[in-house]
Amino acid sequence: MSAPDPHHATHQATHRTIEAVWRIESARVIAGLTRLTRDVGLAEDLAQEALVAALEQWPKSGIPDNPAAWLTATAKRRAIDLFRRNAVAQRKHQELARELEALEQTEPNLDPALDNPIGDDLLRLVFIACHPILPTESRTALTLRLLGGLTTDEIARAFLTPEPTIAQRIVRAKRTLAAKHIPFEVPRGPQLAARLSSVLEVIYLIFNEGYSATSGDDLMRPTLCEDALRLGRILAELTPNEPEVHGLVALMEIQASRTRARVTPTGEPVLLFDQNRAQWDQLLIHRGLTAIERALKINTIRGPYLLQAEIAACHARARNPSETDWPRIVLLYTELAQLIPSPVIELNRAVAVSMAHGPEAGLKLVDALAPSLPRYHLLPSVRGDLLMKMGRFPEAHEEIQRAIAMTKNLREQELLAGRLKQIEKAARSA
Amino acid sequence: MRFMVIIKASKESEEGAPPDPQLLLEMGKFNEELIKAGVVLAMDGLHPSSKGARVKFSGKSRTVVDGPFTETKELIAGFWLWQVKSLEEAIEWIKRSPFSTHAGDCEVEIRQLFEMEDFAPVLSEDQIQHKVEARSELVGQATK
Repeated sequence: MSAPDPHHATHQATHRTIEAVWRIESARVIAGLTRLTRDVGLAEDLAQEALVAALEQWPKSGIPDNPAAWLTATAKRRAIDLFRRNAVAQRKHQELARELEALEQTEPNLDPALDNPIGDDLLRLVFIACHPILPTESRTALTLRLLGGLTTDEIARAFLTPEPTIAQRIVRAKRTLAAKHIPFEVPRGPQLAARLSSVLEVIYLIFNEGYSATSGDDLMRPTLCEDALRLGRILAELTPNEPEVHGLVALMEIQASRTRARVTPTGEPVLLFDQNRAQWDQLLIHRGLTAIERALKINTIRGPYLLQAEIAACHARARNPSETDWPRIVLLYTELAQLIPSPVIELNRAVAVSMAHGPEAGLKLVDALAPSLPRYHLLPSVRGDLLMKMGRFPEAHEEIQRAIAMTKNLREQELLAGRLKQIEKAARSA
Repeated sequence: MRFMVIIKASKESEEGAPPDPQLLLEMGKFNEELIKAGVVLAMDGLHPSSKGARVKFSGKSRTVVDGPFTETKELIAGFWLWQVKSLEEAIEWIKRSPFSTHAGDCEVEIRQLFEMEDFAPVLSEDQIQHKVEARSELVGQATK
């Protein structure tokens, strides 16, 4: 057996360090370059080229003192070269090249750390990556790539999607943004709310993709929750006066606090009321509650994310299920249902009503919902539970059987089969 | 993954001396940068060990020893809890801390916290590939 090559080991270590530098700096580097080149696709390509140059040079020369400035300066030089090459054909580019050079001279040290305009560029980058002109799956891929610093391979593994598909989505998204001349800007006025909700949607989608990962999945999947939380926390600092941003962060923090309790060691899901609350992460709950306070300080009118966060907070505050403040949850669901008319939210509200005011009150609401949710297995499942609580066991049994027939998910079926046994047992002892 | 970044005590921190105002200012900026990057989960500073105690267990006996403790380098003056992608990222962040330009001798220890994944089974490349294929089939069906 040969001894390990020490040079190889150092080389590997440098590569890991460069990856770390990239993770920290790439979004700011790409954001700055997008402002200069006015083309996010080109900016990303240039930043990637700078990364390749770093991977070639740093193992030999050592890591520079200010790696971000090095990456930006290298990418800018490439931009100037590129524009020069195209200069004959396009005068506009020639001007840009001169502009870039001037900037190069006036900004010898590009430490972007606490620079406000850089923060603005970062926010512009968030908005362009989540632009509603792009299909949702492209927005998520582009956001993870440009803002999360993930590689295409990492995104592909996290979404259980072949890598070429993700690569294609990103390329197409960049082309669309260029072709439609999407400006690199923070939307103002009435546009802002709609654009912001697209950003929040993307972040929450990424979070849920990670949250739905099960034990034994590729480890890239659960880390999507961390990526989403990090994006949310960054956004909360970029837009500190937007209550819904804090609402989304709060919702994700509180949901993430249950990660350890929500699956058994063998990967079966554990329902909220069966979870061991001692396993909930109190630090994340605290962070979530703090984010809710931040949101409410800005505005007492609650948007959908803040309302969902507050519902999650009601559960988080209860040390055991019997302490849950159900009347408050009913109020929050009522408000949520007014903002987002949806039979699924109404069903959740019905469950809350049954917990606050008894199963009869809940059943009345569920029955009224039945026509609008003909294929949703949770409807007969909830109905079965309520009927069981009321002692109407044969009907409850029938409803749960209906629910089993309506879901294809094996784990759901197992959970429901367990419920059937409970009903049978209760019926025998009644 | 999460790391606890532990700031070791120094002679000054153990004496309870107020920190250098310049360092304090720079530390504030550094913390702001960490928060803006979404890295910090928690952070706090600790009083000198003279305000603490140690409880030693041996068999059935419990001995309480009041501070201060002498082995300064083994003591802790403060900590951060960071969520980052790798140990290298934590190291890159701490290199940007004002410790590098201020404070004389100072040591920071970086330790990884256990995560749920540490206890979860890891799939082989084949199994992952199988999942990818199963998923793309599902997507195909859904669009039909």
